[in-house]
Amino acid sequence: MNLLSSLRLSPKWAPYVFVSPFLLLFLIFGVFPLAFSLYLAFQSWEPTSGLSAMHYVGFENYSFALQDEWFWKSLKNTAWLALVSGVPQHVVAIPLAYFIHSSFSRLRNGVVGAYFLPYITSTVAISILFSSLFSTDFGLINLGLRVLHEIPGLGWLLPAQAIDWLNDPDHIKPAISLIVFWRYVGFNVVLYLAALQTIPKDIYEAATMDGAGRLQQFFYITLPSLKPMIFFGVTLSVIGGMQLFEEPFILTGGRGGSDQAGMTTAIYLYRMAFDFNDFGAASAMSWLLFVVVGALTWLTNRAFRPRDASH
Amino acid sequence: MQLSRRLLGSRRCHSGWGLVLALVTAVTSAAAQQTLTVAAFPAVDQIILAAIPTWKKLHPDVDIKVVSRQFVDHHTAMTTALSTSFYLPDVMALEVGYVGRFAQGGGLDDLAKPPYDIKKHQSRFVPYALAQATNRAGAVVAAPADIGPGTLLYRTDILGKAGLDESSLTRSWDSYVDAGIKIKATTGAYLMAHARDMKDIVIRAGIQPGEGLYFDAKSNVLVTTPRFVRAFELARKVRQNKLDAKVNAWTNEWSEGFKRGTVATQMTGAWLAGHLNNWLAPDTKGLWRAAQLPDNAFAAYGGTFLAIARGAPAQHKALAWEFVQMMTLNRDLQLRAFKSQDAFPALLETYDDPFFEQPIAFLGGQKARLGWRDATQKIVAVSVHKQDAFADEVINTELDKVLDRGKDIQLALSDAQRLLEKRARR
Repeated sequence: MNLLSSLRLSPKWAPYVFVSPFLLLFLIFGVFPLAFSLYLAFQSWEPTSGLSAMHYVGFENYSFALQDEWFWKSLKNTAWLALVSGVPQHVVAIPLAYFIHSSFSRLRNGVVGAYFLPYITSTVAISILFSSLFSTDFGLINLGLRVLHEIPGLGWLLPAQAIDWLNDPDHIKPAISLIVFWRYVGFNVVLYLAALQTIPKDIYEAATMDGAGRLQQFFYITLPSLKPMIFFGVTLSVIGGMQLFEEPFILTGGRGGSDQAGMTTAIYLYRMAFDFNDFGAASAMSWLLFVVVGALTWLTNRAFRPRDASH
Repeated sequence: MQLSRRLLGSRRCHSGWGLVLALVTAVTSAAAQQTLTVAAFPAVDQIILAAIPTWKKLHPDVDIKVVSRQFVDHHTAMTTALSTSFYLPDVMALEVGYVGRFAQGGGLDDLAKPPYDIKKHQSRFVPYALAQATNRAGAVVAAPADIGPGTLLYRTDILGKAGLDESSLTRSWDSYVDAGIKIKATTGAYLMAHARDMKDIVIRAGIQPGEGLYFDAKSNVLVTTPRFVRAFELARKVRQNKLDAKVNAWTNEWSEGFKRGTVATQMTGAWLAGHLNNWLAPDTKGLWRAAQLPDNAFAAYGGTFLAIARGAPAQHKALAWEFVQMMTLNRDLQLRAFKSQDAFPALLETYDDPFFEQPIAFLGGQKARLGWRDATQKIVAVSVHKQDAFADEVINTELDKVLDRGKDIQLALSDAQRLLEKRARR
């Protein structure tokens, strides 16, 4: 009994003790790497010489990064991938969520679950599987295209030769975008479905009585009501899209692909550090990426923020 | 005291614990068992494990703990360990590509200095191997454990169908490409896996002493020199005549190319013959032969080195150096690694062993090791530069543009020059 009572937490300390595991992990794996990376961005460091080999170089890493052709190339790639994978995610998810919301009642959970499944699987595992699906000579996707090519009416739309998805710079980008789209469309469906369920039914009934068709109701009632959720979803897509790493990394074998077509900024700064041994420049690039993401998020905020005047 | 009494029970148990404690401390202090940690990757880890019995005869009280990681992970772990000085192994195995990268900093001990003095063994090693581990300041950062002499592996049956013989492949680069055109016309097989393989070899021919592959001793960029132009021209000729299968090494398509006989030749390290036999294309046994690289080119593909980190535990360094010497200078161990794992020895004393004259069944009974042994004497070491990995990438990208999009060679090389000049002195 003495032992047990000496171990009991006093109410004064209990909250801190319970919060401490998360806080500790966050400090070690979240705050410390951020702070160290910020410090490192101002140093020149030859990593294999040890920690003492760092020396201060001011903004030199930043100016190097801003003048680096490949850094801008990676930003362009990232923007392309973010747009082409991000826009369809929302353009498809909103009507899909509306359709599920209005058509399914008993099967709804099953259908939503099926769309959501890609989001909860491991990115790396999916990417490895997709890289074998996208294989030029032995992949199922090219096999499917070949079969579809045989169909008389449809065949002329499709290419006659097998598409080199992973090695051709023109095709690696759509391949990556496809995987990212497939992964996140379900997540957005869930978000929009939740938002749709908050729209009161009376508004739709009133609109029907006023003679509005389904399409008009969708554009004038549903979409404006979804605006806060669209803002949330688009912000997540912007942040996630600009930080794209796992899918292109696995698909291009860690190198960014032919002509660096699949090299996002995250991949480039990883390679700067671990392949080209330039940790200072890599850290500077990561903070420049942060500035870009911050700017884009601010723009998204400006675009979707509820404007009091128009209401 | 109160607590221990209640937990442990009677007085008899109490004295029993004391006895156990005394026994444990006696055992640990008496043996003073030391453990050397060796970090490696497959298959070097197998070679080291096989060498442990020999080590135990010399030092029965020193254990060897082998920490093995997959190739890329191992080198990333070594980069991290060197940069933070945490979890540094006593001995680390490094592949030649990474030796260059790590050699520039001060993270690895200079084996040329006392108490190591590796230079007194200099004559025992294949000349270029030790030079590969020497950085620009003259420090020898690692000892060569095995090397990879370059060779041309070719399908003798495909060559026969095309009515050609080995000399038409090896006489000159132009004859190699012409042979490829004939092979494609008669058998439909590709000459090589990728036109890049051609570029990789030709840029290594004609390196001046003191020059690196992409940079010279003063970090001037060399990519517009004639050897690069010739390499690009030959690679373009290969692609224009559709002689390459456009597959990257180590992909599924690459190994299928070997299995199905759609690729006629591969310029590579001698060790590929072992891989082909074991898992890449064992059914093609007897159909391959090995030749020297075309046009009297001699190059190295791979090689493993053993290094001691500067920050490794100081009390183990003497034993670590003994271990490194054992792995690199012991004739029996070098031969054993050669026989079991195809690790071509860097130690000259092994070269008189009858194993070199044994016919290799996979190569149709050819005594290929003799040719490889001759090649090792002619390989020239290439000095390494910190930006070599990046330069590799840039040149490969420009080559892709020349091959796939018909970019002009001079323009491609000058673009590469511009990119590399910005980082040559970082």
